[in-house]
Amino acid sequence: ATKARLDDATLDDVEDALISSDLGPSAAARIRERLRAKRFGLEISETELKEAVAEEIAAILRPVAIPLEITAFPRPQVILVIGVNGSGKTTTIAKLAHWLVEDDYGVLLAAGDTFRAAAIGQLATWADRIGVPLVRGPEGGDPASIVFDAVKQATDTGIDALVVDTAGRLQNKRELMEELSKIRRVLGKLNPEAPHDVLLVLDATNGQNALSQIETFKEVAGVTGLIMTKLDGTARGGVLVAAAEQYGLPIHAIGVGETIDDLRPFDPDLVARVIAGVA
Amino acid sequence: MFDSLSDRLGGVFDRLKGRGALSESDVREAMREVRIALLEADVALPVVRRFIDSVTEKAIGADVLRSVTPGQQVVKIVNDELVAMLGGALAEDGGDDHGKGVEGLNLDAKPPVVIMMVGLQGSGKTTTTAKLAKFIREKHGKKAMMASLDVNRPAAQEQLAVLGEQVDTATLPIVAGQQPVDIARRAMESARLQNHDVLLLDTAGRLHVDEALMAEMKAVAGVSAPTEVLLVVDSLTGQDAVNVAKNFTEEVPLTGVILTRMDGDARGGAALSMRHVTGKPIKFAGTGEKLDALEAFDPVRVAGRILGM
Ligand SMILES: Nc1nc2c(ncn2[C@@H]2O[C@H](COP(=O)(O)OP(=O)(O)OP(=O)(O)O)[C@@H](O)[C@H]2O)c(=O)[nH]1
Ligand SMILES: Nc1nc2c(ncn2[C@@H]2O[C@H](COP(=O)(O)OP(=O)(O)OP(=O)(O)O)[C@@H](O)[C@H]2O)c(=O)[nH]1
Ligand SMILES: [K+]
Ligand SMILES: [Mg+2]
Ligand SMILES: [Mg+2]
Repeated sequence: ATKARLDDATLDDVEDALISSDLGPSAAARIRERLRAKRFGLEISETELKEAVAEEIAAILRPVAIPLEITAFPRPQVILVIGVNGSGKTTTIAKLAHWLVEDDYGVLLAAGDTFRAAAIGQLATWADRIGVPLVRGPEGGDPASIVFDAVKQATDTGIDALVVDTAGRLQNKRELMEELSKIRRVLGKLNPEAPHDVLLVLDATNGQNALSQIETFKEVAGVTGLIMTKLDGTARGGVLVAAAEQYGLPIHAIGVGETIDDLRPFDPDLVARVIAGVA
Repeated sequence: MFDSLSDRLGGVFDRLKGRGALSESDVREAMREVRIALLEADVALPVVRRFIDSVTEKAIGADVLRSVTPGQQVVKIVNDELVAMLGGALAEDGGDDHGKGVEGLNLDAKPPVVIMMVGLQGSGKTTTTAKLAKFIREKHGKKAMMASLDVNRPAAQEQLAVLGEQVDTATLPIVAGQQPVDIARRAMESARLQNHDVLLLDTAGRLHVDEALMAEMKAVAGVSAPTEVLLVVDSLTGQDAVNVAKNFTEEVPLTGVILTRMDGDARGGAALSMRHVTGKPIKFAGTGEKLDALEAFDPVRVAGRILGM
């Protein structure tokens, strides 16, 4: 392969490519500077350059690639799933439940979204398909009372994992965020350790607003980990790089489609290569 | 984290003070700040490039360079150009359908006038379909029917049925197992027989790179001959906006865009990307989950928001 000295024009191209992957201008500029510091003026081929970019990104992502594990004892491990509207929470819960069932864990779902039209029916259909029980209440009912019942049922029946769906909410809606912290408090009433996990579901097609989502949901609901959905499209999810630098929250998994088999463990090297345009 | 553009440009020009009149390179330096502001607002990179080129050309005009407040002049040029690209200022009266810059729905066709909703998964199509049905009755005084062609997402058709009750609009009865093109045909026939003025077709979310689903969408457009094909886009969208806009534009004859979740705190740069790549007007903004949360898209407000001002 032909090599050329790494110059500013090439570094500009790298920075632009990173911005196109949604890293945002600051994170993209930081990676550019790191590359410049290490290799400016050195002979490098295009492939080597991309590999170098991928390595910079992977170094940022590796520390936050932490799988979701079921360890809670006494049972159940309570997993609360939150995020903005339409990000993929309900579908991700179905995928996660399927994943856990495959690993022989007993799973219970809670239909904590009583607001959106047919949200309960959506989760009920998934529960049926996967073959797991579901705690549900009336449409328009109080989500807090449903999650309370769900923790009780999960505890009484010795279920390994309780996964709680919630209504989508934009992080700037004060009242809805307050409702979320209430749901969180109610989960802890019967079991002070609960929720053990608070998963924020991010949509890969979202841009820099994902950072504000992390910031606010973390503050209000104590996010413990991230899942990014819709990485099967052309969006590359580069915002995860900025997120890893700023918040250091574990990234557990990614969604790559609409079926129950489409959840993957978060592989930092693969995602880094996709963002860098190697894979 | 987000300094307003005025502050940032103010900083640039402050540093330049005492050097006398502004030079072309001073303007170019300021444009680097504008570029970053646009990128932070998620305007897609190729769109940012073209915008900066066009604005730079205007801003290096002699009037600007010699003015006493070049910083403000540049901000004004940037803002005006952005407003123009987003569709122009609304009419003074807040914009009814005839106001300048407000692109309403085209319902002047042989009934049932078909409106087809398309877009990525979770962008807000189903909710917006119901909002439009309500809008069409209340603002146009016309009778609409809705049909869900989403056979993929669990309970998608039930979702539309529930929303239909909430906005007091008929929905096509669900026939389990029927496929989208056949549902569209049945909906056309039913709307005709029941004398509905407008038929709203809600479709499943699809990725623009999913060939099978994109072909299905084309087939639906083929049998229903929609007067409006509206691309529903999440205002939180990032750089992917260009890919989405380009692919949907190539596959179906889009007539407009609806930006949802404008009630969020995203800067909404996707608006500019959408407008630029599709060449189609942004007809409405979704501003909430409630079914009356639909507004005319306001280029002035959105321009200010994109620039952080
Ligand atoms: N292509 C793709 N689509 C996905 C993925 N995850 C979810 N979806 C789709 O995105 C849409 C929204 O998903 P939901 O699970 O309903 O999202 P939600 O966050 O529960 O939505 P609300 O409850 O309305 O806030 C559905 O059409 C899903 O099929 C993914 O990883 N890839
Ligand atoms: N805050 C807010 N939420 C919205 C808006 N429009 C839609 N939503 C919410 O976004 C989520 C997804 O909306 P849907 O209408 O189901 O989206 P969709 O495009 O039909 O989704 P799929 O059919 O799965 O592709 C729901 O929770 C809606 O309530 C809006 O303008 N503002
Ligand atoms: K779908
Ligand atoms: Mg949901
Ligand atoms: Mg839908």
